[in-house]
Amino acid sequence: MTDLRTPLARARGLGSAKDGVHHWWIQRLTAIALIPLVVWFAISLVMMTGADYAVVRAWIGSPLVMVLLILTIGIGLHHGQLGLQVVWEDYTDGALRVVMIVLTKFIAVVFGLGAIVAIMRIGFGG
Amino acid sequence: MSVANRPSNRPLSPHLQVYRPQLTTMLSILHRATGIALSVGALYLATWVVYAASSPKAYALFQEFNGSIAGRFVLGGWLFSAFFHLCNGIRHLFWDAGYGFELKDAYRSGWIVVGVSLVATVLSWIVGLRLM
Repeated sequence: MTDLRTPLARARGLGSAKDGVHHWWIQRLTAIALIPLVVWFAISLVMMTGADYAVVRAWIGSPLVMVLLILTIGIGLHHGQLGLQVVWEDYTDGALRVVMIVLTKFIAVVFGLGAIVAIMRIGFGG
Repeated sequence: MSVANRPSNRPLSPHLQVYRPQLTTMLSILHRATGIALSVGALYLATWVVYAASSPKAYALFQEFNGSIAGRFVLGGWLFSAFFHLCNGIRHLFWDAGYGFELKDAYRSGWIVVGVSLVATVLSWIVGLRLM
């Protein structure tokens, strides 16, 4: 097919629509947010070793923990799916790539929402 | 055929297997590997709170797995992955800000990441095992 556009116009057409760094930037933003959250969560996880059902529920249900836990799981899953998207982009092609990226994002949202509902159910006594 | 699609006769850059393993490459690969592991681990943690929100019986099932050899491997591995990805991620953020690109600095920060993440992992395993 004949392309009557100049090489410059073609390159402009292929470029980003002014948000080419959005993925990169959100990955960094979530990374910075996760630094204190992961440190807090890792320490909590270790301290909870061997804790029984009641202790775990009381911990999850306290207001501060609810907020921090929702942030950790939500931002963590968001950061994770951004990273996995790049992994699929590096190693797969065509239809498989699209299917895997869509699947990755859907799974992240489903598990994230599931976790948030579960945390609120424990906190608000469902 | 457009310019972009024209096949090239230029030589390819050397492939992965030509290079001697280096600290910097190994840490780069490990960063991606632990990232993938942590993504799966995040699903595991989401499952954990869902179990905690359901019956004590269901939660006991989950706890039983956590206490098993496989469960300890998963949780212990999660901790190492988290500490490593955290430390090396901070190293990446410094690079993003334009610091630490000199070869000497890249190696020094690399060894710091290895040291800190190993110490944090061993410490958390010791505390976890004592609490068990």
